[in-house]
Amino acid sequence: MLQVNDAVVRYGAITALHGITFEVQKGEIVTLLGANGAGKSTTLRMLSGLHAPATGSIVFEGHDISQVKAHKFMELGIAHVPEGRRIFPQMTVEENLEMGAFTRKGSFSDDMERMYTTFPILKERRKQLGGNLSGGEQQMLAIGRALMGNPRLLLLDEPSMGLAPMIIETIFRIIDEIRDSGTTVFVVEQNAAQALRIADRGYVMENGRIVFGDKASNLLHDERVRAVYLGETVEGD
Amino acid sequence: MTLRREFWYLFVGGVANGFLYGMVAVGYTLVYGVLRLINFAHSEIFMSGGFAGYFVMKAMIGSSVPSGFATVYLIVIGIVAGGVVGAIVATLLERVAYRPLRRRNAPKLAYLISAIGSSYFLFNLAGKEFGRYSISVPQPYVNHTVFTIFGAPVQLYYIVILIVGVVMFLGLDRVVATTKLGRGIRAVAQDAETASLMGVNIDRTIAMTFIVGGALGGAAGFLFGLGTGVVFTMGFTPALKAFTAAVLGGIGNLRGAMIGGLLLGVVESLSVVFVQAAYIDVVAFGILVAVLLIRPTGLLGERLGRAA
Repeated sequence: MLQVNDAVVRYGAITALHGITFEVQKGEIVTLLGANGAGKSTTLRMLSGLHAPATGSIVFEGHDISQVKAHKFMELGIAHVPEGRRIFPQMTVEENLEMGAFTRKGSFSDDMERMYTTFPILKERRKQLGGNLSGGEQQMLAIGRALMGNPRLLLLDEPSMGLAPMIIETIFRIIDEIRDSGTTVFVVEQNAAQALRIADRGYVMENGRIVFGDKASNLLHDERVRAVYLGETVEGD
Repeated sequence: MTLRREFWYLFVGGVANGFLYGMVAVGYTLVYGVLRLINFAHSEIFMSGGFAGYFVMKAMIGSSVPSGFATVYLIVIGIVAGGVVGAIVATLLERVAYRPLRRRNAPKLAYLISAIGSSYFLFNLAGKEFGRYSISVPQPYVNHTVFTIFGAPVQLYYIVILIVGVVMFLGLDRVVATTKLGRGIRAVAQDAETASLMGVNIDRTIAMTFIVGGALGGAAGFLFGLGTGVVFTMGFTPALKAFTAAVLGGIGNLRGAMIGGLLLGVVESLSVVFVQAAYIDVVAFGILVAVLLIRPTGLLGERLGRAA
C-alpha cells in the first residue's frame, strides 16, 4: 500500500533522514520506534506532505506522492494525527470533527454518529471548545477528526504522549479496532511495549536511519529492542 | 445648538464613522488572523476603493442629482466598484508584497518594510495619476435630513453608511461562522499546519482573506469618499484609526474589530464635546497607546490567533 524508497529529508543544511526505506501493507498496523530525535516525526511529516523528501520516493497505492502538497493528502486517503494532538482550540468538538471532513462533499452526519459511538465522551463534550478538553479526550478527538476524512491509511504520531496509563490502554485498543474496521495504521511511538503489542510489524530508527525491522512479536523479544526501548519505557512510565 | 442636540448629532456621526472604521478594521484583523501580520498597506486599499467609487459616480451622474431608485442603484454600483477594486489591490499586494516573503520564510520585519514600501508606492502612484488635490465625489442623492433624534438631524449619508455597515457586518459574521471558507479561515488562524492536514489549502485561504478584507475596505473607501472627497493620501488617517479599532477590539478577533470600530468612532466624535474638535485625532491615537500599554489583548481579550 505504501512504499518508501531511499527517502532523504533535509532541513536546510541538516539532513534529518538519511535515505530510509520501508513499507506498509494494506490491513497492517506498522510501528516506527526510536528515541527522541531519531527522525520519527520527520518521517511522518514526510508521509503527509508537510516536508517533501529531497530525493527518494513515496509510493501510495501505486502513485508517487513524494511531491504532493499537504492539503491534498486527506483526499488521497491518508490522514495524519499530529504529535501533541493539535486540536483547534477555539473550535468546538463538533467543529473539530467537521474539520476532518473538510474536503468531503455531501453529508457526513453518519460518520459523525459513528465517531460519537466510538468515542462517547466526545458526544458529551460536543459543544465544548477543543482547548478545554483533557489530554486523553483531545487524543480521541484528534483520532476522530482524522477518521472523519475516511482515510485508508491513518498516521499517528506519539498517540500515548503525556497520557495516563489507563487512557493509553484505551487509545491502543481503539487503534486496534480502527485496523479491524479496515483502515491501515502506521504509528510512531516511544512507548514500544504498547505499540508492539498491537502492531504486526515494526521498524527501529536511530539517527535518521532505519536500523532494522521485523515482525512485532520478534521485536518484542529482540535483545536490542528490549535493552534500549522496553527497559526505558517501563521505567519512563 | 443645545448640548443635548449637539451630543446626539455627534453621536450619529460617530456611529457612521465607526461603521467605516469597523469595515476597514476587519481587513486588518482577518489578515492578522491567518498571517500574524499587520497589512500596513491596507490604507491604500481603502484609497483605491475611494477613487474607484469617484470615477464610477463621475461617469454615471449627470448634471441633475439622482433620486429614488437611481440613488439606490448608484450607491450599490459605487460599493461594488469600491469593493472590487479594493479586492484587486489587496490580491496584488498579497501576491507581490507578501507571498514571495512567505515562500522564503522571511522575518516579520521584512513584511512590515514591504507593506510600508507598497503603501508609499501606491499612494504616490495615485497622486501622480489622479492629481494631488482633494476632489469631491458627485453625489448620488441630495443629502437631506431623514429624521431627527432629540432635535439632532440624521442625514441620508449616515443612513446609507448604517445600512451598508450592518449588512456587511452581519454577512461577514455569518460567512466566517458557517461557510466552508469561514471554517478554513478559522482553522488557518488557529493552527495553519494542522489546517493543511485537514485539507485546507493555506495559500488559497490567505488569498481569500485578502479578497474579503479588501472588498470591505474598498467599499468603505467609497462611502468615506462620498462624504469627504477623494485624494491620494485619504487612506492614511482613517486606516490608522481602523487599525486602532482592530487593536482596541482585540486583533485577530472579527467581532472585536467591528465593536472596536464603532466604539472608536463614537468616542472620538464625542470628544468634540468633552475636549475640543482639534483633539479628535489625539483622542483616537491616545486610545491606541492606552490599549497597547494597559490591555494589549484588546477589549474581547482573546488570545492571539482567533479570527472569529
